[in-house]
Order: sequence, then C-alpha cells, then structure tokens
Amino acid sequence: MTENIVAETAERIFADLADAQTLNSAKDNSWKPALWSALTDAGLPLSWVPEECDGSGASLADGFSVASSAGRYAVAVPLVETMLAGWLLSRAGLPSPSGTMTVAPARPQDRITANADGTLSGCARGVPFAADAKHIAVIASGAKGFTIALVEASACRIEPGESLGHDPLNTVTLNNVQPLSAKAAPSDLTPVSLMLMGAAVRSLQIAGALETMLDISVRYSNERVAFEKNISKFQAVQHNLAKLAGEVAAAVAAAGSAADAVANSSSFDDAVFLEVSSAKIRCAEAAEKGTAIAHQVHGAIGFSAEHILHRYTLRALSWRDDFGHESYWAVELGKFVAARGADELWPLVASR
Amino acid sequence: MTAVLRFDQIRLPPECEVLLHEVRAFLAEEIAAGTFNPHEPQREDTDVPEFSRRVGKRGWIGMTWPKAYGGHERSFLERYVVTEEMRIANAPTRRFFVADRQSGPVLLKYANEQIKMDIVPRICRGEVCFAIGMSEPNSGSDLFAAKTKATKTNGGWLINGTKIWTTSAHIADYMLAIFRTSPPTKENRRHGLTQFLVDMKAPGIKVNPIAQISGLNEFNEVVFEDAFLPDDYLLGEIDGAWKQATSELAYERSGPERFLETYYVLTELVRALGANPDARGAEGIGRLVAQLHTMRRMSVSVAGMLQAGKEPVVEASIVKDIGTIWEQQLPHRVRDLAAFVDADASNHHTLEDQLAFAIKIAPKLTIQGGTTEVLRGIIARGLGLR
Repeated sequence: MTENIVAETAERIFADLADAQTLNSAKDNSWKPALWSALTDAGLPLSWVPEECDGSGASLADGFSVASSAGRYAVAVPLVETMLAGWLLSRAGLPSPSGTMTVAPARPQDRITANADGTLSGCARGVPFAADAKHIAVIASGAKGFTIALVEASACRIEPGESLGHDPLNTVTLNNVQPLSAKAAPSDLTPVSLMLMGAAVRSLQIAGALETMLDISVRYSNERVAFEKNISKFQAVQHNLAKLAGEVAAAVAAAGSAADAVANSSSFDDAVFLEVSSAKIRCAEAAEKGTAIAHQVHGAIGFSAEHILHRYTLRALSWRDDFGHESYWAVELGKFVAARGADELWPLVASR
Repeated sequence: MTAVLRFDQIRLPPECEVLLHEVRAFLAEEIAAGTFNPHEPQREDTDVPEFSRRVGKRGWIGMTWPKAYGGHERSFLERYVVTEEMRIANAPTRRFFVADRQSGPVLLKYANEQIKMDIVPRICRGEVCFAIGMSEPNSGSDLFAAKTKATKTNGGWLINGTKIWTTSAHIADYMLAIFRTSPPTKENRRHGLTQFLVDMKAPGIKVNPIAQISGLNEFNEVVFEDAFLPDDYLLGEIDGAWKQATSELAYERSGPERFLETYYVLTELVRALGANPDARGAEGIGRLVAQLHTMRRMSVSVAGMLQAGKEPVVEASIVKDIGTIWEQQLPHRVRDLAAFVDADASNHHTLEDQLAFAIKIAPKLTIQGGTTEVLRGIIARGLGLR
C-alpha cells in the first residue's frame, strides 16, 4: 500500500491502535492516549518540522502519504492538524511545542487580526480538533502583513461542537490573546497558502477514506447473501460498485496529483492553485457520490452505529467543509479561469 | 485491501513540451490556411486527405512504431500530446486516427512481413484509412455473437454477411474485421472468430451509408457477398480472435479522445461568460475545470503506466467510463450555465451552434468503443465481483 517508511510506520500504528472495529466498540475515548503516544514516539505529529526544531524533518511528500493513510483509517486524533500546525510554524522559523495542535483559520472567510500591541483577535469557525488541542498555530493579518503565531488553546474561547463524524469541530475566538511566540510570515506565505495546504491534506484524507469504503463494500457484497446468492453477483450491485470505483479513482488521482504538485513546487503558484482547488472540488464530489453507494451496498447494517462504515463516510463528508468548501474553491477556480480567458484554458490544463 | 486503484504521478517529460508547441504551431498554420475551422466541430466527418499526409510528413502518425515500418519509435506520452492537441483543435483526424490507434498495432503484431512492409509505412504517411469491422445487426456489445462468415476456399477465404455501424467504411481503404470461421463450442462461446484484414476495394463488398441523428453520415452498413480475401490476410490464430481483441483495450480506452470530444463547448462557455462571471457562472466553470483536470491527470497517468510496461486494465476502463459520461454531460451543464448569457455576446451564435451539435452527438459517447455497461462489467471483474 505505501511507498515510504514514514507512511509505513503510520499505517502500522493505525492498524495496531486505531482498528475501526475496536474503536467503534469502545465505550469511551480511553484508546486516544495510547494512539497519540505511539504516534508521538514515532515522530509523526511533527513530520513537517525540521530536525533542528526537534521535528522529524520528513519531506512534504512523505507527510502527504501519512495523510492518505490517516484517511484510509479514518483516524480520529488531531494528527494531520498537528502536522499542519508544525508546518505553518516552521515556515516562519518558529519551534513547535509537543502535544496536540491545530491551525486557524480553517475557513477561507475567517480572519484573525494581529493587533498593534502584538496580541491577536478574531473568530475562526470550524477549527478541527480545537477542543482537543493544547496549542493553535495561527496565521493573522496585520498592518505590516501576515504574522504566524503560536497560542495556547486555553487562552482562546473554544465553543463546544463536533463534526458530522463526531470529531471536535469548534469555533475559536481570540480576544487580545498574547501569543507564546510570533514572527512575520515569509513573503510567499498567506492565509490562502494555509487553505491550500489544508485542502490538499483533506483531499488525501477523503480519497483514503473512499479507498476503504470501496474495500469494505466489495468485501461485504462478496459475503452478503440475498435471493440465494452473494449480492456481488447482481449486475445492479456490480454497476454501483464500478461507479464507486470510478469516484475512488478520481479522488485518488486528483488528491495524489495535488499533493505531488505541492511537494514539488517552491511556492503556492498558479499550478498549485489549479491542482489543489481541483482536488478539493473533485474529492468532495466523490465523497458525496461514493458514500451514497457504499451505504446503498451495505443496506441497513451500514446505517447502524455498531457498523464501522460511518467512521469513513461521515468523516469524508465532514472533511469537505474544512479549508474551503468545494463551492468556494469552484468559484475561485472559475474566476481564475475566466480572468485568463477562454483560449488560455486548454494550455492551463495541458500544462499539468 | 481487496482492490487497489493506482494512478502514478506522471508528468509529461520535456520532449513532450517541445512537441506540444510544434503541434500547436502546425495546427495554427493549417487553420490559417483554411484547412479546417476549429470552431466547427460539426465538420468532423469531412475528409481531408492532404491534411493526413501533412500530419504523416511531420512524423505524427505511427509515432510509437518501429522505424523499420515507417514509425518513429517515440513514447506513448508523445503520441498522447499529439492526439490531445488534434482533438482540442477539432482537427480532421478521421482518416488516420483509427489506423494510428488500433489497426497499425494489430498489423504489427499479427500480419506477415510482406503486408506489414506494404501497409504500415503507408499508414505512417497518412495515405490509408482504416475501419473496424466488429458490430453486426445482432452483435453489438455481445461481440462473440458475430455471424458474418469466412469460408475456406482455394488460396483464401470467402466472406458473407453484414457488418454495421462501421465508422468511416465509406472512405476506408482497409478494414480489420472479425469473422466466424467455426461455431462456438460448449466450453467457450468466444471460440470460432478469426481476425482478418479486408481490402475495401475487393469485389463483393458494398458500403451503404447510414444517416445519424446528428445529421452526419459517419457510419455505414458493409455487406459482404462472396468477397475474397487471400490467405495472408488472416491475422493471428484461426478461431482465436477473442484473445487478440481483448489484449489492447487499455490503449483504446484511456486516451484523451475519451473525454475531450465535446470540450469545445466549455471554451465557448468561458468566452461567453466573460472575464468577470457571476458566482453561479464562476462556480460552474470551476467545477467543470476541476473535473476536466482530474480526468486528464488520470488519463496521462494510465498512458505513463502503459509506457512503463504496467497493465492498468481496470484503471483504463474507469477512465473511459467516467470520461465518456463527463463528455456526454458537459454540453448539458454548459447549456445550464449559458442560460442567462447575453444574446448579444460576441460568440453567442457559435455557442448555440456548438451546443446544438454536441447535445445531438452526446448519446453516442457512452456507446462507441465499448458501452458503459460493458465497461462496468470489466471494472466489476477487476474488483473481484465476477
């Protein structure tokens, strides 16, 4: 499945400590500390933090493989959020603390302001895992440009909330919060860069979750007997699963291409914008169509809380909202294409 | 995981970048010289033999074939770029495209040396047109129900029966066809069909045009009455065509022609909505571009995996399945998005004409070269459901 040691490590930990059936049957969150501590011991949360800042210094590509794997296992701890926070802080040369982190803002419409006195103010909605995070990495807009800062989660007002997949999803309000550390963002890094990075990660997670949905749907159809045969032998079911495979393929290809583009680009340029916005749009569309088919194949059992299917379907649907709803990216991409003009569309597509 | 779908990240290598600009410059010259109008896809049935010869002269037919047979020993990705740019420009490729994609590779694999030396270099020069003789009146998706008979005679075979929906048969010099040489067996209903090369000028072959709902006459009925084919026109194994017909489908199924056939309406939509579209228009364009970009990345990936000697059979079928559905839906989505376009927009007329044509041809896109239903069967088999 995986092609590098970092992702292999992650996958092994997920298989051991984040087994979907075990987690689904668990009565509480007591499995979380063991999973988190194994991930931390393997250096995965700080994959994108350079070694000189006490991170693991993994490449962007390796970190993206971890995100795919986290999607395949529908991992319900803030692993990729901490990775994103570490990446953001490192881009400004700030060290990362240990423990769980998340990033803000997580929606393109939200702004956090860097005040003249160095404090931060603003409101960020839909911040994933904020309620579980010790720290939040923030990109804020100020009079002198953008600032990257590290704040304690306890210094912010964090409203209760959860995603469709029952993971924490919170509105975070900062009222003149004094950051633990802050530095000017490098000139090529803006809040849009964080949205693109987050969108690439979410696309990979959606694609990963869809891979698992296909896997367990195929397996279930080969086991479930109705009308005296396995339901996989019915043409209607086969065609539905073939359609699901098409959506999985599109999501895997789009997300993989976007991650490859980010990993091999020195800046968040037009090519990265095309790749990542397309991936988030196409993966979100695939999530809608794919989850519907996966549930259809499973019938009533897949709608029961005790079945693991919802761990993947509800998260995939929920991840669509983070770091830019697909409609947001579609409007941005459409405006970008329109401004360049009709005859530049094909050269743009063909350049990738 | 039971089913793993793999799309390697293939980027076109630098030689493709150079080639792409050569092809664009060539097409711009042809357009300027009036060879064809890129805004009139409806003349896709017109036959421009001189254009084919000039493409051949550039070395863009038979690009991946051995030099000994007039080919150019270039990569599948280079061929990909040429196919794609021709399609985007609505260039009149009908005369050479089938031979370039399918017939040439079959001849190279199964024909004898003399036939290869005679025909393949002429394909490369853009001089000959091929048709594919698969479907019959009672044998479409069910290829192995074919009944048109090849009967052994002195020095060759006599052909009797009818092929139908045969694209380009009216202009074709040759056809690659499958004919029945034995009845199917109980154990293998695919047994008994044999692949042949047919010289369309042979006596006993009659081509009757069939009018299409698009107003074009691209396809035909081909009637064989004691048409004689010499022995060396038999390709491959007697009674074993089923092994040959299914082996090269990955090449046929995943190319850019499988999602770009109605692309022109998207260009005109972007033109009609202008530089500052409203949110509805912008979102519509954005979604379509995201879907197009994804299709192309999948298709390039399959081409690259084929070049690397892998066999992405399921992936290739998926590209055709979702690609043809996309190009079929595209004119309808464009129609929705263009509903409020100012009738005075400079390209309003072009867009209307193109939409009318694209909507008319759309139904065929999920039928030709393997229906959606057949493709989904192949995908289902790949997933381990059959």
